[in-house]
Amino acid sequence: MRIPILKLHDTLLISIQWELDDQTALQFQEDLLHKIHETSARGVVIDLTSIDFIDSFIAKVLGDVISMSELMGAKVMITGIQPAVAITLIELGIRLEDVLTALDLEKGLEKLQRELED
Amino acid sequence: MDSCVKIINEWDIVAARQLGRNVARDLGFGTVDQARITTAISELARNIYLYAEQGEVCIEKTESGGKIGLVIISEDQGPGISDLRKVMEDGFSTSGGLGAGLPGVKRLVDEFHIESNPGEGTLIKAIKWLR
Ligand SMILES: Nc1ncnc2c1ncn2[C@@H]1O[C@H](COP(=O)(O)OP(=O)(O)OP(=O)(O)O)[C@@H](O)[C@H]1O
Ligand SMILES: [Mg+2]
Repeated sequence: MRIPILKLHDTLLISIQWELDDQTALQFQEDLLHKIHETSARGVVIDLTSIDFIDSFIAKVLGDVISMSELMGAKVMITGIQPAVAITLIELGIRLEDVLTALDLEKGLEKLQRELED
Repeated sequence: MDSCVKIINEWDIVAARQLGRNVARDLGFGTVDQARITTAISELARNIYLYAEQGEVCIEKTESGGKIGLVIISEDQGPGISDLRKVMEDGFSTSGGLGAGLPGVKRLVDEFHIESNPGEGTLIKAIKWLR
């Protein structure tokens, strides 16, 4: 299964709606980079509202895709991290450093727009 | 309700954590503990898949002194671990991973035991108590 990537003006929108297996996560990484390249998107919002846990593998894929997107000139915003996910990530010892985050998709889009204007 | 998932391919990692989440929910764990248990199982199952090629993850219910707990047992006959202290350090990885798996699992659960002999395999037992 592939994760759909939507385009909204100069921003790409991704809402992860089901549990990520390893293959889907890696495919998503590749698809997103191609899409950034194709569309010259300047911003990416990844919404994790439906995700109820993140392990070290998925955290690494997410962290990598954020760095890779930034290398290509697109800012990434992560939204909708649930309390349980935030707690387990920190307990696992994973810090998503310098990552832009917002409570929900709407706030994320607004914040990203402001970041892109500066 | 004892049940096990054989870990042979990546999909078995998904099956093991789904089993764990279901048992955790049935035992009455809240969403944060469900996430801790699911994450711990995912780490242990992935380690089996990555380093031992195959093995088994079992989820059991335990009772002790009026407390109910969920036990995760991860067992393989893979290459084993020669330096147990080292693999329990944050950031130590032989595979380019974050090295967060084992030390992370230890923090996510209440009890953590690891036994491993090079050439024989690895046995990990982790318990989360219901509060
Ligand atoms: N079941 C196992 N059999 C043999 N070696 C193992 C096993 N589990 C872990 N190891 C060894 O212990 C090291 C640390 O494991 P840990 O799960 O903490 O980190 P990782 O798997 O390398 O990275 P991450 O889990 O963060 O993606 C591994 O790199 C591996 O060398
Ligand atoms: Mg690991």
